[in-house]
Amino acid sequence: MQNGRLKKYVMSAVMYVFLIIIVAISIFPFYWMLSGATNVSADITSGVIGFGRALKENWMNLNASADILQVFWNTIKTTGIYTVLAILICSMAGYGFEKYRSKGKNIVYSMFLLSMMIPFSAQMIPLFKMAAKADMLDSHLTIMLPTLAMPFLVFFFRQNFQSYPTELIEAARVDGANEFTIFFRLVMAPMKSTFAAAAIYAFMKQWNNYLWPLIVIQSNEKKTFTLLLSSLSSAYYVDYGQLMLAIILATLPIIIVFLTMQKQFVEGIVGSSK
Amino acid sequence: MKKRKGISYDKYGWIFISLAFTLYLIFTIYPAVESLMLAFQSPAGGEYEFVGMKNFIRMFNDKIFLQSLFNTFLYMIIQVPLMLAAALFIATLLNSKALRLKGFFRTSIFLPCVTSLVAYSILFKMMFSIDGIVNQVLMHLGVLSQPYQYLQDSAWARAIIIIAMIWRWTGYNVIFYLAALQNIPKETFEAARVDGANVFQIFRKITIPQLKPIILLTTIMSTNGTLQLFDETMNITQGGPANATITVSHYIYNQSFVYAPDFGYASAISYMVVFIMIILAIIQFGVSGKED
Repeated sequence: MQNGRLKKYVMSAVMYVFLIIIVAISIFPFYWMLSGATNVSADITSGVIGFGRALKENWMNLNASADILQVFWNTIKTTGIYTVLAILICSMAGYGFEKYRSKGKNIVYSMFLLSMMIPFSAQMIPLFKMAAKADMLDSHLTIMLPTLAMPFLVFFFRQNFQSYPTELIEAARVDGANEFTIFFRLVMAPMKSTFAAAAIYAFMKQWNNYLWPLIVIQSNEKKTFTLLLSSLSSAYYVDYGQLMLAIILATLPIIIVFLTMQKQFVEGIVGSSK
Repeated sequence: MKKRKGISYDKYGWIFISLAFTLYLIFTIYPAVESLMLAFQSPAGGEYEFVGMKNFIRMFNDKIFLQSLFNTFLYMIIQVPLMLAAALFIATLLNSKALRLKGFFRTSIFLPCVTSLVAYSILFKMMFSIDGIVNQVLMHLGVLSQPYQYLQDSAWARAIIIIAMIWRWTGYNVIFYLAALQNIPKETFEAARVDGANVFQIFRKITIPQLKPIILLTTIMSTNGTLQLFDETMNITQGGPANATITVSHYIYNQSFVYAPDFGYASAISYMVVFIMIILAIIQFGVSGKED
């Protein structure tokens, strides 16, 4: 009996030690970038990992190498507009597929699902040619347009609208409400957490978008965060302090969203497996 | 009466779908089809002309392409199983009833997957650079007497990309496994424990079979993700040293926008990726079906 108990203690001790190591590995890069943003480059490269006093200096340097507020605004603007439009367009489609089932719509829906298998690399060249032809290179609208109708989000919304009772929709019809009023007034409100999860998903997708903006955006004034980070880090002389600060500014908004809305975040990710 | 009503509502369904469908036709279907046509064309003076299978034959003699395909598969074969096994193990621990501070462990382990691919790639590049923290620590401990150029060594450069990806994506997969584990009724585990099954038996006989659909899903997602790997190699190694870490997507990008652009050849390679993805998905479904 005592032996069994001892074994149990050892097992749980091993479990905690293991998990703490995993947590340390997960968190260390975050700590390193936080401390790095407060140290000058020379200190970071000589192994200092405590907090320093160079935060302001790094901020000035970062501002000297890029218009950081402009980049921040560009990223917020493209991500914000994209998120609103994407969840509007995809939720309507998901609702249409789920609540107005028909043979034709099912075929279209299967097409949506199948195209999740097409990698972006098999679309980017014609997309680039289209943008060039329409004289829409170096434009924020071009960053957003191609992925507004995201098959995953259409799928996600359709799955979630299954739980919305069709009887309520029928009752509203009897009361004389039109189809759009039903969707925008009646259906959207109780599905708030679905919309929140989808919004987080879309937000992250666009905030972190890299390859397509890299192809499209040419001028410094239009750059988003991923492009700025990439160019700062491939410069001939890399200033670690300002680069760390830039990474923090690019990551912090998402961390805040994640920490405050973890439940919806997890739902958004797991939604694909329902 | 009822039928007439049904028909009139059907129209509204199409209206709801129309916006997404229009965007989808213009920005997904049209590019995918045009790309497929481009795959059989080559540039000749400012125009593209049909050249049959030339682009596909060219691939088999293209050393850099073969290297990129090899690298991509190498990342996939090593990284995907390691990551999924780790994720499954961590999820099992996080699901155990006796664990305290669950919220803290969970949040910390999920945290890496909120970083952008570019941001974490740069962090890992800095950590493993010649004056990075890894060299500092190893020198401090006396393991190394002088800093090592990890990113200039092809084996190390590949290893670092794999390590970085495991760091970024393990927590993401833990989320899936944990959600699936929480759906297994607690009584199932308790009954097994009462019957005298040990931890490993429970893991093999209950956890794995119950999680099979989700393991299949995460495997397909991870292999597809790895086949499209771009941000990491672009920002950690730029594909170097000497193309030792370049991926297929990275090579497509180079063929389209870095070297003298050959959209035909680049499109052919991208359809090769589509083809490989389909084959892999079929194999994965086949394997998971057989075990039943």
